[in-house]
Amino acid sequence: MLEWYLPQASTYASSIDDLVNMVGAFVGFWFVLSFGTFMWLIFRFRARPGTEAEYITGELKHQKRWITIPHLLVLVCDVFIIVGAVKVWYDIKQYLPEAEQTVRVVGQQWTWTFQHPGADGKLDTADDIATVNELHVQKGVKYHYKLQSVDVLHDFSVPVFRLKQDAIPGRTITGWFEPTLEGEYDIQCAEICGIGHGLMGARIFIENEAQHAAWVAGESPVRLAAVAAPTRAIQE
Amino acid sequence: MAESIPHEVDPAHGDHHHEDQGFVSKYLLSTDHKIIAMQYMFTGMLMAVIGGFMSYVFRMQLAFPGESVPLWGIVTPANYNALITNHGTIMIFWVAMPVLIAAFGNYLIPLMVGADDMVFPKLNRLSYQIFLISALVLLSSYLVEGGGFGGAWTSYPPLSAKSQYNLTPAGASLWLLAVALEFVAFLLGGINFITTAMNSRAPGMKLYDIPMVIWMIVIASILFMVSVGPLIAGAIMLFFDQTIGTAFFDPNRGGDPILWQHLFWFFGHPEVYVVLLPAVGITAEIITVFARKKLFAYKTVLHTAVGTGVLSFTVWAHHQFIAGIDPRMAHIFTLTTLLISIPIAEMMFVYIATLYGGSIRLATPMLWALAFIGEFLIGGVTGIFLGASGADVYFHDTYFVLAHFHYTFYPIAIIGTFAGVSYWFPKMFGRMMNETLGKIHFWGSIISFNFIFIPLFVLGTAGQHRRIFDFQNFPALATPELQQLRILATMSLVVMLGFQFVWVYNFINSMFRGPKAGKNPWKANTLEWSADSPPPHGNWPELPTVYRPPYEYSHPDREEDYWPQHLPN
Repeated sequence: MLEWYLPQASTYASSIDDLVNMVGAFVGFWFVLSFGTFMWLIFRFRARPGTEAEYITGELKHQKRWITIPHLLVLVCDVFIIVGAVKVWYDIKQYLPEAEQTVRVVGQQWTWTFQHPGADGKLDTADDIATVNELHVQKGVKYHYKLQSVDVLHDFSVPVFRLKQDAIPGRTITGWFEPTLEGEYDIQCAEICGIGHGLMGARIFIENEAQHAAWVAGESPVRLAAVAAPTRAIQE
Repeated sequence: MAESIPHEVDPAHGDHHHEDQGFVSKYLLSTDHKIIAMQYMFTGMLMAVIGGFMSYVFRMQLAFPGESVPLWGIVTPANYNALITNHGTIMIFWVAMPVLIAAFGNYLIPLMVGADDMVFPKLNRLSYQIFLISALVLLSSYLVEGGGFGGAWTSYPPLSAKSQYNLTPAGASLWLLAVALEFVAFLLGGINFITTAMNSRAPGMKLYDIPMVIWMIVIASILFMVSVGPLIAGAIMLFFDQTIGTAFFDPNRGGDPILWQHLFWFFGHPEVYVVLLPAVGITAEIITVFARKKLFAYKTVLHTAVGTGVLSFTVWAHHQFIAGIDPRMAHIFTLTTLLISIPIAEMMFVYIATLYGGSIRLATPMLWALAFIGEFLIGGVTGIFLGASGADVYFHDTYFVLAHFHYTFYPIAIIGTFAGVSYWFPKMFGRMMNETLGKIHFWGSIISFNFIFIPLFVLGTAGQHRRIFDFQNFPALATPELQQLRILATMSLVVMLGFQFVWVYNFINSMFRGPKAGKNPWKANTLEWSADSPPPHGNWPELPTVYRPPYEYSHPDREEDYWPQHLPN
């Protein structure tokens, strides 16, 4: 369902979408079945002159199976959903593949600061490129993000990646993503962070190798010096 | 416990010289459980008006960003945050809790178990007085410098802990104080509910003869009392962080902001079931009466309610999947969260099965009770998307979550309340409500409710996050198509709020001019229908005796299709 609204721009976006579709199929089935039965019973057993209600306790075995059998079937569906959820979760949040590049993402009231490796490909060296509200990444490269916050809770959400992670002051949270689609998309803060929360948007630019190299080459270290001050202060 | 022997209530109203009491002592300082129930109900309804008005203001801002909202003006980001925060806080703690637990609990428990009052009437009065103070403290937070607290109803630190972050130095503390006071009020009330239902039952009423709504309120009270301790402790820690500079939640000085989330949600998730269970109980009373059917598998319903209650203590961290907890923990909480769908699904199946073989009459209370089942089904199934950790990575903090819990809380707090009030109105005021107006109000509210929240499901699926005062700042969300959906939701809300005037008119008009109800207008079995309408102080001239379970409708051994609990044969 999600890909109707948002393109899949990371390697794991499609696995989340598939999980959502599977859950949708299960709960859709149960909803239609129980809601349909419910409406049918209301119609079928409406009060009519000359008919009386039956006396059914629901405590007898052959009566009870009308709820125990569906109940067991729900349990079976739950097992499938749990297995699917655990698998997807493991791939995104628990398993951490080797990084080809690392970026630092820092939330503060009410902007995002991104620190990219410079031409040397390493973070925390003199040629790093820091930007405000603009994240530049290269398609097909596995990234680690190091997520931090200066003040309150924020949340780094990239809907086209299906990625979301809270940023917590005092901690560095490491996660990963691999962009698969070129383009420019939204980054949103998804955790209320004060009166400017509604302004805390950023953009992610997913570029091919040549474009990304050109962008790295075009960013002078002078720009870094101007905007990196807040991030330096809290580096671990 | 000698103190809790039934009927040995406080001397102020043990004897019957209350007729010459003045207005103040009769209505404001009363220890009568019915008066206290009314106090809770009317206070809760007034708070619902305030909470509803707040939703109107912030929905108007989302539909027409930056424009002046009639009856309010321009909505600033600070206004917006304070409105959404207090809308949530009020609707859960000052509407759902007082109406569903306190008002129905106080009104129904003595009447349905056959007692003349609560076991501790003065404690009961104190409970309401503290509750009233807590409501006034909350409302006063809008009048102080900086205005009302705007850190969301979950109040996560460090935003809530430091005024340089939230910019509401006094509002944040008043908000927290109000919430803590409100918990004290419900702890006192809960003691009364449990004690009265367990110790003051009429002779002959065994545990399995207790009507389901009473069981549900008792279980809810136990859940509340067991879960609220950590949150009261957390609230005091946060209050100290705000006011005297402690650092429980301050990471720069060795504290941990995530600790608050655990304390909050350890209470916050059982709280969902605290308000759900009474609404489920109300539904059981109504569908049995209007389908003229015995409740299908009474014991199963009771056991699933207990099972839900126990499981509800093990699911809290599903609110924190992406909050920075150890990723391995998510597996456990996915498992428990999906397991809780089992008892809830069973409960829904039982209610649907109860309809089978019935003779269903669609009076207004029955329409509300059936709507509860239908709408709650949507709320239930959409929760599965969020309980599955892998899918929650995407849905967390989107409007999908918002729409999901409104599909649970609206059936609980609004539909459940209208069901209960329309059903017990004849008992409360001795007169019938108008059926035509009742049905106009029902259909107007239900249809518009769905047109508010179905668009919000779509917006959430499209990636719209919560608590953002203006989506124009996000290019992916600022499209005209999505804006149309926001306008549709807002317009539906305005329509729904408009239909509530029908209900207010019907309520007040019927209170004074409705046709006389008599003792038992619905031909129901439970004990409250054997008392006068409205029941006098002390409820019955002589306390009833119970001879059978509560749901003996259409019994083959009896000519009439109901068999009241208090009749010997």
